[in-house]
Amino acid sequence: MAAAQTFRVLPGFRLTLGYTLAYLSLIVLLPLATVFLKTASLSAAEFWNVISAPRVVASYKLSFGVSLAAAAINAVFGLMLAWSLVRYGFPGKRFVDALIDLPFALPTAVAGIALTALYAKNGWIGQYLDPLGIQVAFKPLGVLVALVFIGLPFVVRTVQPILEDLDTELEDAAASLGAGRWQIFRHVILPVLLPALLTGFALAFARAVGEYGSVIFIAGNIPMVSEITPLMIITKLEQYDYAGATAIAVVMLVLSFLLLLLINGLQAWTARRTGRDR
Amino acid sequence: MSIQVRNIRKTFGDFIALDDVSLDFPAGELVALLGPSGCGKTTLLRIIAGLEQADAGRVMLDGADASGTHVRERQVGFVFQHYALFRHMTVFDNVAFGMRMKPRGQRPSEKETRTKVEELLTLVQLEWLADRFPAQLSGGQRQRIALARALAVEPRVLLLDEPFGALDAKVRKELRRWLRKLHDELHITSIFVTHDQEEALEVADRVVLMDRGHVEQIGTPEEVYRQPATPFVYGFLGSVNFFHGRVDGGNLRVGEDLLPHAPHELDAGSEVIAFARPHELDLVPDTHTDTGVAARVMRIHAFGVSVRVELEGLNGLSGMSSGQHFEVELTQQRVAELALAEGQNVRLLPSRLKVFQRNDAIGASA
Amino acid sequence: MSAATTLNWTAATQTADRFESREATREAPWVKWTILGVSLTFFAVFLLMPLVAVFVEALRKGWDTYWSALIHEDALWAIKLTLIAAAISVPLNLVFGVCAAWAIAKFEFRGKHLLITLIDLPFSVSPVIAGLIYVLIFGAQGWLGPWLAEHDVRIIFAVPGIVLATVFVTFPFVARELIPLMQAQGREEEEAAIVLGANGWQTFWYVTLPNIKWGLLYGVILCNARAMGEFGAVSVVSGHIRGQTNTLPLHVEILYNEYQFAAAFAVASLLALLALVTLAIKTWVEHHAGSATPSREPRQDAAS
Repeated sequence: MAAAQTFRVLPGFRLTLGYTLAYLSLIVLLPLATVFLKTASLSAAEFWNVISAPRVVASYKLSFGVSLAAAAINAVFGLMLAWSLVRYGFPGKRFVDALIDLPFALPTAVAGIALTALYAKNGWIGQYLDPLGIQVAFKPLGVLVALVFIGLPFVVRTVQPILEDLDTELEDAAASLGAGRWQIFRHVILPVLLPALLTGFALAFARAVGEYGSVIFIAGNIPMVSEITPLMIITKLEQYDYAGATAIAVVMLVLSFLLLLLINGLQAWTARRTGRDR
Repeated sequence: MSIQVRNIRKTFGDFIALDDVSLDFPAGELVALLGPSGCGKTTLLRIIAGLEQADAGRVMLDGADASGTHVRERQVGFVFQHYALFRHMTVFDNVAFGMRMKPRGQRPSEKETRTKVEELLTLVQLEWLADRFPAQLSGGQRQRIALARALAVEPRVLLLDEPFGALDAKVRKELRRWLRKLHDELHITSIFVTHDQEEALEVADRVVLMDRGHVEQIGTPEEVYRQPATPFVYGFLGSVNFFHGRVDGGNLRVGEDLLPHAPHELDAGSEVIAFARPHELDLVPDTHTDTGVAARVMRIHAFGVSVRVELEGLNGLSGMSSGQHFEVELTQQRVAELALAEGQNVRLLPSRLKVFQRNDAIGASA
Repeated sequence: MSAATTLNWTAATQTADRFESREATREAPWVKWTILGVSLTFFAVFLLMPLVAVFVEALRKGWDTYWSALIHEDALWAIKLTLIAAAISVPLNLVFGVCAAWAIAKFEFRGKHLLITLIDLPFSVSPVIAGLIYVLIFGAQGWLGPWLAEHDVRIIFAVPGIVLATVFVTFPFVARELIPLMQAQGREEEEAAIVLGANGWQTFWYVTLPNIKWGLLYGVILCNARAMGEFGAVSVVSGHIRGQTNTLPLHVEILYNEYQFAAAFAVASLLALLALVTLAIKTWVEHHAGSATPSREPRQDAAS
């Protein structure tokens, strides 16, 4: 029977898949492809010159280095926060839990100016750090603060459900076998959490590398010191250097794709480790 | 309404789910599709319903080819394994769903719908649950609501996929009796899929045994239980003991032992496999002959009307365990006669033996 | 913060009780208080203080300044433009999300995993690049630039560009919420509806939609929050023309760069309020979605 191959009981497959593919191509895939097409207008040498200019390289170092540091800080404190939210009862817990997602909901520009106000020399926090010789705003440290803010929910929200699902019998069993509390954490809980924690870390890192709005206000944007890579794209654009902007964008896109692959792998690992289907 | 399937074939990638299956389901009967998981029984049921399309073959409803008919127009009632009740609707709305979805011209009025739903809920004895949501029901109640919902559209046939699979043992038994009673009242042609032999034998008018995409046997519960047509059916239905051996004159040679049995159709020397149910085996004291298969009594379960004896096979005179287990059912009286004790060496003698030639797996019997 | 909050607060303590009441899952008090202290301080410094700062800074010069910053015509225009961008991009991505989830969750086809990954793509692309791609296509020097100039159509540095950039950055929100949800729900209920005689539209409307409504709402509010708050992508395509191509976040930036801090924070406080409303609805939806689907359990037991 000819119809056998295409037979489906539920209707709408062709329509919905067709629309999905068309819309995805039109809004996402084709526009992204233009980035790669545009760089083709540069010769290999020109391309290399753009992406290896000292000011651009300094921006990679800042963006990647600080993003890594921010993701690491979030991994540690995000885990502690998730732990507190799951394991301990305390007043205002619902409020804290709801507000964890603030960085998802608060426009980045708002976060940017708020953080700048806090960490400026005369700000609420800045005024106490200044006498200690610590300057945050308009320095690389400011970039770090903004990226920690942006990345925090990624770690908390990937670790929290795994912690909640953790079978308490595992810990009972470990305790009955004579393990101490720290040993239980180290050898029973952490291995289960690890894939999720790494996923959260990678998500926070990926977001931090591309972040723009919350950073530019607090960074000071001093060439060679506190310029992030996305800002370099904007700078090139403002000089109508489209090819240059695109070249840097290609570097960032390739990194994003690699991170996406890594994150997919990590999520598959989490699913296997915890028996959850994503 | 009668159902015929003709030469149905269905593959999923490399996996052959159904291989040239042809079956007749007479009108008004309750038929069980029985087999282990992966035997193709659920796929066949879904093909009959129109939820799945066969790669080749035809489904005939009342003699008319329904292969090209959409599931919506086949007028089948389907009860899903996990019931598939609409969780956001009350029990009442679930049952009324099929009537309310009819095209405007054929749709019964809300009043007629109400009467009909109340009738059906009374039929399944759950009228008091009309306003509940599926999540508030027990498994058995959900099952009955799913059935009422399927019946609401006045289906010509009723198809049930593992209807008792998700229930606990006690509810299962109750629901089994109830389904049989319901069928006797409605007489709607019904097919249900199960992997539980007891369920199939107890409930169905007719049992279709399937294995690996093939139909192994069709018959009444008694026929398939008393006269299994293939080694698979023998092994699948009820407990069974088996012996691997070779035809040796009027006997069957099993290892160093002989079983008195004369399968005339089989050539001397051919490799066979022989089956006997627990009640078809007797035990005799081991008197150092080679008649009967040597075994040692491991455990005696004497709590029932009859006594169940577990034994392990022995390698002839050497007395070493052959690693094979046997189960024999004896009367209390016989056990007393034998003065049977755990650890005792005995010989197994079948009163009835079903012998199949090996390799080709198609059986011949004596 | 209504009755729902108090309701769940007890539920939350009970979950923690599960751990705190047992010897094997409990830490020494000093460990507990250290972890709690450190994590809550971290929370207060990094999340709570910036939020509070927005409102305090906004009102630093008094209510009059605050109010006049909000009713300034540029601010009003920015509000209008932000609403327009969200009003176009959210429904577009809603329809897309439902279509994509239906195709992916209810049918089997090759390349499904790749498709899911591609749908997530806009999340891993820097917002600046999201803006850049549309400049490359529609900008004066872009692929379609000359043609657009000839026909006097403005996309970049105009409202269409802002809408496009917003659609891009909010692209995956609804889809990624619905896909796992609909995959988990399977297709048995839809099949049951079809067997009972429902047509495709009836099946979607009466069976699928009620089952996904909370997930849908969840995706929509997150999508909306991002649509109204997007900065980087919109910044690239807007051209920052006051009273014409400024959304609220861009207006905040302009005011801030002009050292009108109180006004900048006043406008920012609107966006912060939007964020708080979003979080409140989100929490409310989570509460409802959690209590509305208790029947998920039995469908996960062993299938034959």
